[in-house]
Amino acid sequence: MSKNQKIVTDLINNKIEFVTTVPCKQLAGLIDEIDSAKSIYHIPSNKEDEGMGLCAGAYMGGKRSAIIMQNTAIGVTINTLVTLIQFYNIPLPMLISYRGELGEPVACQVEMAVHTKALLAQLNIPTYHFHHPDDVNELDSILKYSFMSKKPVAILTDASFWQGA
Amino acid sequence: MIRSEVLKNLIPIISDQLVVSNIGLPSQELHMLDDQPSNFYMLGTMGLASSIGLGLALAQSAKVIAIDGDGSILTNLGTLPTIANNTADNFILLIIDNGSYGSTGDQPTYAGRKTSLAKVAEACGCDHVVECSAEDTPAAVKAALDGENMTIIVSKCESGNVKVPVIDMDAPVIRDRFMREVARRNA
Repeated sequence: MSKNQKIVTDLINNKIEFVTTVPCKQLAGLIDEIDSAKSIYHIPSNKEDEGMGLCAGAYMGGKRSAIIMQNTAIGVTINTLVTLIQFYNIPLPMLISYRGELGEPVACQVEMAVHTKALLAQLNIPTYHFHHPDDVNELDSILKYSFMSKKPVAILTDASFWQGA
Repeated sequence: MIRSEVLKNLIPIISDQLVVSNIGLPSQELHMLDDQPSNFYMLGTMGLASSIGLGLALAQSAKVIAIDGDGSILTNLGTLPTIANNTADNFILLIIDNGSYGSTGDQPTYAGRKTSLAKVAEACGCDHVVECSAEDTPAAVKAALDGENMTIIVSKCESGNVKVPVIDMDAPVIRDRFMREVARRNA
């Protein structure tokens, strides 16, 4: 099973039926896989805070939701994470492309990468870093943890994770 | 007619419905006029009432009314293409367009100048867009509730506010109470 298939299987097994995405090159294969999953309503959003609003609404409507985005979105969504997702105790798995790490070809991406973990720590968001391909095996537990605790969780997936066999 | 009067006239029509209300005075006014479990008060994320409403409408079958404002739609203008391309026929987006940022002191918005939100919604691909006067808003909302199509209503009203108390309910209580009501309606 590919990493993308494994991730989507874990989403489905955790009854996630509503996924919003804002694209990243590193996530292209995963977004395709989500789009073709029959039990998931895939709704692309134009900006990540909009996507979190969609996810909060779907969750209140009885459908577990998740967002897939790039780490640059942490800069866009701090107010939404704090005053919607955390303030109302809404679970939200965030599968995040961690750009600007080792192997990054675009210097500008590093500028947000160096702040990513510090910002997530400041927000008290449980954060997991997938670096080795085997790290994907922890996803199922992380998803369960998010819904159990009704908290957002961040899963940072870097280039080594995506490129590894 | 100002927003608080539009809301007051709407209560008999929307009281029975799931309502997601916008940050600031609109939520406070709805809370003061008709607090109940079918209301979700969005307290902190300007622009996201329409997104929360759409997500809710797509996830379950009861009708949903999102009450938004012109300033908030302008803040999250990307919401209109998302709405247009993800049709939920149980969704009504009511934009109370008073041409100003009411909760912050009535600073003018661009919707009160050259920008027509009804035309923007149509250009984004929304199929059923209605622009109406403040006075005609209850009838427009009733027609949308009686119909079977996702509808965007732009209610043109005057700028101005009344004094209303803040909402002191805890956010998880608002959310939990609302979710139980949504589940009850879908049982």
